[in-house]
Order: sequence, then structure tokens, then C-alpha cells
Amino acid sequence: MILLDLLPVALLGGFLGMDVVTFPQAMISRPIVAATVAGAFIGNPTAGLVMGAVLELLALEMLPFGASRYPEWGSASVVGGALFAAQAGSPAGALAASLFAALVTAMLSGRSMVWLRRLNASIAAREHDALEMGSGKAVTSLQLFGLSADLVRGFTVTLVSMLIFSPLIRAIVASWGTESQYSRAIVVVIVAAVSAGAIWKIFHLVPRARFLFIAGLAIGAYVLVSA
Amino acid sequence: MTTSVPSTERRLPVTTWLRMYLRLFAVQGAWNYETMLGNGIAFCTEPALRQLPGGIGGERYAQAIGRQARYFNSHPYLAGIAVGALTRAELDEVPATMIERFRTALGGPLGSVGDRLVWASWLPFCSLIALLAFGLGARPLTVVAIFLVIYNIGHLSLRAWGLHVGFQRGLRVADALAHPVLRKGPQVIGMLAALLAGIAIPLATREVVGGGRQLSSGIIILAMAGGVLLARLGGRVEGWRISLVVLAVFVLFSVIR
Repeated sequence: MILLDLLPVALLGGFLGMDVVTFPQAMISRPIVAATVAGAFIGNPTAGLVMGAVLELLALEMLPFGASRYPEWGSASVVGGALFAAQAGSPAGALAASLFAALVTAMLSGRSMVWLRRLNASIAAREHDALEMGSGKAVTSLQLFGLSADLVRGFTVTLVSMLIFSPLIRAIVASWGTESQYSRAIVVVIVAAVSAGAIWKIFHLVPRARFLFIAGLAIGAYVLVSA
Repeated sequence: MTTSVPSTERRLPVTTWLRMYLRLFAVQGAWNYETMLGNGIAFCTEPALRQLPGGIGGERYAQAIGRQARYFNSHPYLAGIAVGALTRAELDEVPATMIERFRTALGGPLGSVGDRLVWASWLPFCSLIALLAFGLGARPLTVVAIFLVIYNIGHLSLRAWGLHVGFQRGLRVADALAHPVLRKGPQVIGMLAALLAGIAIPLATREVVGGGRQLSSGIIILAMAGGVLLARLGGRVEGWRISLVVLAVFVLFSVIR
């Protein structure tokens, strides 16, 4: 992909990165949405959805509680979805390598959110007197700064990640030595284990959660066997 | 004359209410570690505060904005309750000390109730529905639409309800936190989500891998064993970090072998 091709994807990463915290938090940044839309941008929504499902299983573990630090899934899912969708025919290794790229992006993007929060704090401190005096203008400009800066943050993270990982993923896929089905199986074991652990972490205090989860597994197994 | 009991008849013009509602979607726009949501609360209450005596250039407007821009934290979706209640208190000209005490008392409960209801129940529940749709072979657009529609019915309603109930009840809004949906919702949604997780995870897994029944079964058994291990480790490790390390090793192995 050349730089010009990457700009729409980067812009999408910017908007979906904003959705995580600043605007509008409608969860269009959830991996199952963001990666699918990114895949559609590349012309392969089905591949985007596969990456989205894989990332969604992982993202179940890290929920955006208040001031906690968590990976930023919006821009990362755009990167993962676009990279995987760009590999024609989903060759062996494409899923694992694209997922790796998405996770690195999520980690770095999560850090960039912390930097932005610190920047917002320093600007709020600079505007402290105006805010205390009740300047509506200061309130609005601080808000608009935060929103614009978050858009730029997501855009930059996505663009840089795509520039680094696009050629890298192509090189990795070209020299991949593990069979396709087993490559996918390893990825899926990892993410399904994380999601099962996450479900337990979230719902273990809910009455009858263990029984309900096992009952669900039985139904899932039945559907798998009978399909 | 100031009064601490809100009059029940007060209403906001529809355009003002809509402005506040739309601004709620950007309530975390300037989120930071110092004032957290504070500036966002001032931003959302601002359209209604223009109705204070003296208008936008008046002293009361300035005092109210100054107060509302200070530190505040809550769950973003339930910030509407705070925005509505604080707006009502300002318009009813409740004494400043009382508004400040109320502000301090409100943040914690709104945070914990919202976290339990939205982040720890509604969001994972909707994710699992989308994963189930994916596992059953739904098309990309269908999966995305299912997730966004179901999730946002809850999201948009919660924000609208919060703003409405906050403004209606003013300083007495604490009663609203006893609403059955807020009290019992997380538990009921959690039970449904636990059942759904058991069905959705294996089916989504199979859909990603493709392949035969034997491979799918092997993956599910290994994944569940891994899940039990991660659950036993509790909060000591983050699964996604382990995934990153394992993937890095796997990618390296597959490239150099």
C-alpha cells in the first residue's frame, strides 16, 4: 500500500480511536465493528470480520474502566483489520502476523492516550484562572482541543502502524513456514483462552455463572457436533 | 431568593435539552488526570446555564461555569444524571456550598453503578451476541448491525434517561440510582452473558479456524484449559500481554524455521 492508499484507513483509525473515550463512545471502536469496517475499506469485509472476532475475544478482557490504563482497540482494530484484509486469499501466517501488529498498535495507542490525558491536564492547568472565572469560551476551547487532539492521535497511530507493518507483514507472510490451519488454530487457542478467562473474571460473582457457562458450552458443543 | 428544593414544574426548551444531550456524547472530550470529567460537565450544562439571570455575560453564569468545570468523575453514560441534576440546582439557585457538596457525593455512585451496568455487563453481553452471530455464519454487515443496534439502544436510552431524570429530580436524584435496571440489571445481564459466552466462544472459534470437528474440539479443550489457568491467575496477569508475547515467539518461529 502506498501512502495515498493509507490515508483513508488512517482517517478511519482517527475517528474510531476517538470513539474509545472522547466522542461518541457508541462502541463503533469495538474490534468486531472497527476491523470489519477497515476490511470493507480494503474491499474485504469478511477478512476484516475474522480479525474483528479474534480481537473482540481478546478485548473482552480489558474493559475501559474509568482512569485505568488499557489498550486502545479502536485504531488497533483498524490496523489489524486492514492488514489482514490486504493479504489476498488469507495466506498462512497472515492472521497471526496481523494480530501481532494489532496488539502492538493497541499497546502503543493505549500509551498515546495517557500522553494525551497529561497534555489535556497541562492545558487545563494553564486555563485554570479562566475556568475558575467562569469563561464558557475556555470550557469550549479546552473541550474542542481535547477532541481534535484525540483525532490527530488516532490518525497518527494508525498511519505510523500501517507504514511500519504493511511491508513487515508481507515479508513475514512470504517466509511463513507453518501450515495455514495450524497457524490459525494456535491464534484461536490463545484468544479463546483469554476470552474464557475474561468471562470468568467478569462474571464469577454472578449467581449460577459457572453452571450457566457450562450449560452454554454444552449447547455450543451440541451445535458444533450437529452442524 | 435562593431555594434548596427544586420546583417540579421547571422545563428546559427542547433545543436546549437537545444541545445538552448531544454534548453528552463529548463529555469526555477533555478527559484528564487532574479534573477528569469536570470540564465536560461544564461543557454539557452550559447551554442551560445561559438561562440564569444576566445571561451569558452575567455573574451567576460565570459562577456556575466556574463551579461545574472543577474536578468531577463518573461513568460517561451516567454523567447525564449529574449534568441534569447540577443544571437544575444551578437554575433553582441552590446555594453554592450545597451544589459543591452534592457534586462531591454524586461522582462515586455514578461511577460504580455505570461501570457495573455498562462496562462489566452490557458491553460484554453485546460483544458476545455479535460473536455468536459471527459463529453462526452471519454476514459482516449483519454482525456489525446486530452489535451496534443492540448496544446503542441501551447506550442512547441510558444517556437520555439520565439527563431527564437528573433534571427532573435535581438534588434528590440519588433515588434514581435505586432504579431496578441499575440495581438488578448487572446481575440479570451477567447471567445471560455467562450462558451466551459458553455458546458463542466455541462457535466463533470454529468459524475462525474452519476445518474439521476434531480440530475444533481440540482447540476448545485447549482454550478452556488456558482460560481456567488465566482465571486462576486472577488479576495478576493480563491475557492480552501474554498473547502478544506468545504470538511474537510463534511468528518468529514460523519465519525462521
